[in-house]
This record gives sequence, C-alpha cells and structure tokens, in this order.
Amino acid sequence: MKILVGMKRVVDFNVRIQVKKDGSGVELAGVKLGLNPFDEIALEEALRIREKGMQAEVIALSIGPADVQQQLRTALAMGADRAVLVETADAVQPLMAARILLEMAKRENADLVILGKQAIDDDCNQTGQMLAALWDRPQATFASAVELKDKTLKVTREVDAGLEVIEVDLPAVVTTDLRLNTPRFVKMPDIMKAKSKPLATVKLAELNVAAAPALEAVSYAAPVPRKGGHKVESVQALVKELHDRGVLS
Amino acid sequence: MSKILVIAEHDGEKLNSSTARAVSCAAAIGGDIDIAVFAADGKAVCEAAAKLKGVKKVLRVARAENAKPLAAVLAPQVAKLAAGYSHVLAPSTTFGKDVLPRAAALLGVPQVSDVMKVKDPLTFERPIYAGNAIVTVKAPEKPCVVATVRTASWAGCGEGGSAAIEDASTDAALPSHSRYLELKRDKTDRPDLQSAPRVVSGGRGVGSKENFAIVYKLADRLGAAVGASRAAVDAGFVPNDLQVGQTGKIIAPDLYIAIGISGAIQHLTGIKDARTIVAINKDPDAPIFQVADLGLVGDLFQILPELEKALEKR
Repeated sequence: MKILVGMKRVVDFNVRIQVKKDGSGVELAGVKLGLNPFDEIALEEALRIREKGMQAEVIALSIGPADVQQQLRTALAMGADRAVLVETADAVQPLMAARILLEMAKRENADLVILGKQAIDDDCNQTGQMLAALWDRPQATFASAVELKDKTLKVTREVDAGLEVIEVDLPAVVTTDLRLNTPRFVKMPDIMKAKSKPLATVKLAELNVAAAPALEAVSYAAPVPRKGGHKVESVQALVKELHDRGVLS
Repeated sequence: MSKILVIAEHDGEKLNSSTARAVSCAAAIGGDIDIAVFAADGKAVCEAAAKLKGVKKVLRVARAENAKPLAAVLAPQVAKLAAGYSHVLAPSTTFGKDVLPRAAALLGVPQVSDVMKVKDPLTFERPIYAGNAIVTVKAPEKPCVVATVRTASWAGCGEGGSAAIEDASTDAALPSHSRYLELKRDKTDRPDLQSAPRVVSGGRGVGSKENFAIVYKLADRLGAAVGASRAAVDAGFVPNDLQVGQTGKIIAPDLYIAIGISGAIQHLTGIKDARTIVAINKDPDAPIFQVADLGLVGDLFQILPELEKALEKR
C-alpha cells in the first residue's frame, strides 16, 4: 500500500511569535522553523504501519518554498521512503492545500493519507477534512489509535465527549491527535542515509490544480494580554478574596 | 440581509450548549437565524433549539443514517441545506471541526475557523499561533460564508424564543464507507467541562492518577468540572477529554483553579477567557502566576485539603 503523509513547515512550537508593528503580519524573519508537530506524529504512524510488516511505501509530501527540502530531509531521516515537494512561494490555505493533496493522492494512487489535525501556525484544523470531501473518501479525524485490517481502518478519535471509535474503508484520510504516538528521534546515521533517498520537486504551476478561493487577511494584531493579579499568603486569604469577588456565591 | 444556518450539536437527546453560543455569533452577524438538527429522530433536540432566543426556524433533518455524527454522512446534507443561506455556522467543538470543513470543501468555499468576533458579515477575527496573534480575515461572499465559532468567545444566546419546527430533507447521496462503532466515556455526574461555570484543573504537579482524587474532591466541593493540562493527560493521570488548551478544550468558566499546572502557553490559550483564574503551584516563578488573578504558592497536598475545609465552613 501507499501512504502519503503531509508535512507542513511551521514556526517552531517553542517560539513565541510577535505581530509586526504595522499589523501586516507575523514576524517570521530569523525565526526557527520546523515540522508541524502533528505532522511528525502522522509520519511516525505511517512508519509504524510499515514496520508492522505491512508492504507499504511511505511518501512525505510538503507544499512550500524550495528550502522546505530541508524539512523533507528530516522526514526522510525519520524513515520516509521518498519525499515530494510541491514548490510554491505563495502561502497556501487549507482548501488549496486539499486540492493539491487530492491531485498528489491521485497521482500516487495513495491508499491512505495521514495528516496532522491542525498546523500550529494557522490553527485551522481543516485540510484533512477538505481533502476527504474532495476525494469523496472517509475521514477519521483527531486519531489517537489506528488499527489496520485488510482494507479497513479502525480508528479511535479524541472527541469532546470521550473516545469515539469508527471504522472506515480505504482509501481514507486520517488526521492525528497528540496521543497517537511519540515520534522517534532522528539518529546521525539516518541523516546520512536520508541524503541518498529520492526527493522530487514539482512546481505547483505544473500541477493541474485550479486556484482555490481564499480568505483575505486584512490585518494582524497582538491579543489583549490578560493582566495577572497578585499572590495571596494563605488559604484563608484566598477564600476571602474569592468571596469578595463574588465568585463563590 | 444575512440568512444564517447554524448546525446544532447534540447527542441525540440533548442539545449541546455550544449551539447557543454559535447562535450568539449568528446574532452578531445579524439576519434570520435557522438551526439545523441532523438526527435519527431529534424531536427533543428540536424543541430545545426552538426555545433559543433569536431563532426563526428549526429544520429537523431526521433519517436513520443521522443517528451518529459521522462527518462523511452529515457534510453532504449540510452542503445541500446551505443553498439559499448566506452563512453556515457550527460551534468549534470536535463535532463542528469534523463536519464543517468537509461541508465547506463540498461547497467550494474556504472556512473561517474559530470566530472570536464579527466585524461585519464577511469580516471576522480569529486566533492563530495558539492565540498569540489575532488575524482579521475577510471571506468571499459567494456562494456563502462557512465558519466555526470559538465557543469561549461567545456567551449562550439564552432562551425565550419560540421558533417553528419544520421537517426538512435533502437528496444528498450518503456514503457507506464510514461506520460508527462506539463512544467510550467515563460515566460522571460532574458538570460538562466545556460549559461548566467552575473548573478545577490539575497538571503534572499532581503527580499521579491516584493523587488526582484530591482534585476531584475539591471540584465536587465547588460543584465544578474537572480539567487537566496536556502533561497530566499524556502522563495518563486522566482521560483525554479533560484536556484544556490549544489542542484540547478552549473554555471560559467564571472560576478556573489551576493546580500544579506550570502554565505552558498552549494551556493558557485554553483558559484566558476565564473570568477569575486561581493558581496553586509550588514554584513561585511558574508562568501561570503571570495570568492568574489570585496565586497561592505552596504544596498542593497541604493546600487542597485546607482549601476544601475552608470552603466547607462557608
């Protein structure tokens, strides 16, 4: 089987981003970049399916500027068999990403597409659902456990009410939640090995994908910071203050 | 004038309170507000939805396939029902997040996720980077605007309405490739975390699953729901549905008590709309104290029993 894994490059999760003073965007110059953590979980899950003895080819796919190759090399070092970069200098919103992924899923004849449930930059949480819709295939979002049986997947989903279990036929789209797995660390020999793995680049303009309608970003602002209060010295003082504020009544 | 369709969240019997919050967002957009209830039966849910203030019509789409909320089954019906509406909204819960983007893609429109504020019927504020920035986005007007509503940003619309309930149906072809098996949940009499006015949350500092008993005890004393940081869930102290934060539940209770939670930015994202935040932590430099209205430094295993007792006396 062929497993396609979406890998988005985002601002590293440890970076506290700043909004530009003129409100035109978020300051990205010189900021550390890395793979979206949910996408690393997606890749790890694909690798585990392969390592369970399933005949599977794992393809890491990204959409972005030419230097995203660097992050795809990391994906190859983690264990992807090959990587594809759909190259574009433009920012790509979820509906457009879904259209590109659909085209690639079809070209690759993918049986399974695994994506992170959201990217930690735009926090949209849409792309997997949109791909599944356009592909007219099942979606199993927010997965915390995936079990492959023949041509079906049993997926445990983290939902507000608890854990929901669904079964879907392949081909299907899975989006990962945090507790699906813990991605492996990349070892030095793997980084060397990754250098000889195939990494193809295809220009977005060369794909037969029509531009999707998009949201227009009007302006950016820093959130109104929450003002901290003060510390109290004792439980009694705490209870008194809570009472005075009327939150215990 | 706008014509807004709000997709109701429910469990087959009860209307989820997040629906009333989405209706508030619809009211801020302005115009006629209808609610769609997809269910196997859904009569009781429709009756509850009809009472919501400002709702004109409740559309009951009853068919056996709608018994469980499968996005692949619901989204084609949502997309069909959207015809004639200027906006389609759903709460930004795991339900809305699952269904609505699928419907948006079928409609060929981009989705606005997590609307915090309505600037005009096409322009919205939404959080990005775990709430570290707010972007104002403008959605294309045609064919319609599809958006999920960040529930912590909106109070419920309240009751007092008496909307008409109408049966509705669509000719959407429904797939058989997705099947619901079961929902595993801890049975609890405690209030629902998403909507509870009081929440007591524990973090890594609580130390173990067993130790979490003191968090539950305090919560019960206050009639509060129990939440947790990602660290506590990852460590297996509590189940996943208690997670509060960027990738868990975003909540806005009147009172939030954070116990043994250091206050990672991803957690603070989930609580910053709480009215009063209380932090109890042994580390005086924990980031949680920078956002807490009231902080108490010390050993939670001493403080909590004492606090519980002090509350009992009152």
